[in-house]
Amino acid sequence: MGNFPTTVKHCLSYEELIQDYPWLARWLQEEKRALTHEYPEYVKIVEVGPRDGLQNEKEMVPTGVKIQLIDMLSETGLPVIEATSFVSSKWVPQMADHTEVLQAIHRSSHVRYPVLTPNMHGFQDAVAAGATEVAVFGSASETFSRKNINCSIDESILRFEEVICTAKQRQIPVRGYVSCALGCPYEGPIESTKVAEVVKRLYELGCYEVSLGDTIGVGTPGSMAKMLHSVKKEVPSSALAVHCHDTYGQALANILTALQMGICTVDSSVAGLGGCPYAQGASGNVSTEDVLYMLHGMGIKTGVDLSKVIEAGDFICKALNRKTNSKVAQARAQCGYN
Amino acid sequence: WGGKALPQRVKIVEVGPRDGLQNEKTLVPTEVKIHLIDMLSEAGLPVIEATSFVSPEWVPQMADQVEVMKGINRRPGVSYPVLTPNLKGFQAAVKAGAAEVAIFGAASELFSKKNINCSVDESLQRFEEVTKAAKEAGVRVRGYVSCVLGCPYEGQVSPDKVAQVAKRLYSMGCYEISLGDTIGVGTPGGMAELLEAVSREVPVDALAVHCHDTYGQALANILIALQMGISVVDSSVAGLGGCPYAQGASGNVATEDVVYMLHGLGIQTGVDLPKLMDAGAFICRSLNRKTSSKVAQATCKL
Repeated sequence: MGNFPTTVKHCLSYEELIQDYPWLARWLQEEKRALTHEYPEYVKIVEVGPRDGLQNEKEMVPTGVKIQLIDMLSETGLPVIEATSFVSSKWVPQMADHTEVLQAIHRSSHVRYPVLTPNMHGFQDAVAAGATEVAVFGSASETFSRKNINCSIDESILRFEEVICTAKQRQIPVRGYVSCALGCPYEGPIESTKVAEVVKRLYELGCYEVSLGDTIGVGTPGSMAKMLHSVKKEVPSSALAVHCHDTYGQALANILTALQMGICTVDSSVAGLGGCPYAQGASGNVSTEDVLYMLHGMGIKTGVDLSKVIEAGDFICKALNRKTNSKVAQARAQCGYN
Repeated sequence: WGGKALPQRVKIVEVGPRDGLQNEKTLVPTEVKIHLIDMLSEAGLPVIEATSFVSPEWVPQMADQVEVMKGINRRPGVSYPVLTPNLKGFQAAVKAGAAEVAIFGAASELFSKKNINCSVDESLQRFEEVTKAAKEAGVRVRGYVSCVLGCPYEGQVSPDKVAQVAKRLYSMGCYEISLGDTIGVGTPGGMAELLEAVSREVPVDALAVHCHDTYGQALANILIALQMGISVVDSSVAGLGGCPYAQGASGNVATEDVVYMLHGLGIQTGVDLPKLMDAGAFICRSLNRKTSSKVAQATCKL
């Protein structure tokens, strides 16, 4: 019975058919809707393990281990690897070795190595250390902004404006992040229009891409869709990325939703490094391995070698003396693959 | 968003007490099982797979099947299906008071042989005996098809083969067919392709998905299934039940995580999430293990 509509369409004129059998139109539409899910052909993975991941791990790792991790990740085919953060080591001691890391890693010509720069001071240090791409972190929640970086959203954007302008002059691309895009640990739900406003400001200032962060992982496909719907009105999908946390196990479903809405850049962290700072012991970043498994299973290209990412994940988990958060890595280890 | 209409209501089939506990290393006492099922009934779950009338020689964890059936406090409106692999099991189940049973087919020949020691056809013949007897007794039968997205022995499984097996179970009289991604290898593309093939043979209203989270893909696969009109989802409280083919790896998807996603989508389930989490906490304490539910992990810590 399944082929009936298509064969009938070939025999008769569709219009005549619909005239005689109006119920057919609905039937044919339903079949069409069920079959078509358009996905991007290629998804760019932004690997945040060495920075976002390690920054949020209890254990600190020696500089040599960080460098080796990044070097291993550079061999996997990952196109972007967030290397470190030029934030004051007073606030983020885990990233105190930022200059050493940036200067010692073996930079692959196929890979970009953005670093975080919260202000001009950090930016200048980053450039002096050889950074060729930087990132700035805004928030969609006022309370989060105040608690996290001690100033309002507006004040933070003024700070970034300085960085972005200078970066522009030096032809250094800037990536923007907006945290709390799907909820705030202090304010609760965040209006999607507020998220869109902040994203728009970062984009118009000159960020080539803005990554939307579900900081506490509370988002679900419905809230993801609503937020993206608002944001896409202000900024093209090609300039958007999603940074989903897996604290409530929703990350892959949320990423799938984003892909269905035309997003083709996804942030993730090898081995799911980086717990949630707002729910101690709970998970944070989604695992790169699990994201890759889903994308490759769907026939979406990433250019990344999953086995090599698993190896890098194994390495860093041993160094951190912790188990991987990646289900794919766990399954592969048990099945004796790899 | 994008016109992909989701169901307004999803029926959750809770398989923790059977599929979950059967695949846990630690055995739990009968009273613990009964208490778990009672807590799950209180949590608003509409269907709770209570136990299995398989020979205790094969599945010792379910040896107390009759005691469990008789000991649980059956909530009105809630269904308590039990597994019945053959006529003998069926008769024992009905004698113990079962009002609904379940039969388990496979889409892979090798899996069928290794799991229940006969071919897929032979197993379907066996099941026909059960469905006949069930019809006469006025007992509903749910059908399961395992290995729908991959087999630990055969590797890839053809969606058409799954559709064939599903169709036979449905024509035999199963009111619902649950499609099981037994080793959790499926991804949204494969799930969509599978459902397309199966829904040509069995109405989508009579289909359910039973996703394993071994590779973290369960919620994404469930979401795709919902988008394709599926409105029945199997899951296991606290994600009980590891994967028997990848020791230490996870198996069933956690009911808490599924409910969190569904409620977030505005889909009704009738489930009270806090009460569900209480049931999960209870069984994990009894099993002396951590929950596999991320929602449960996050909620305790915030």
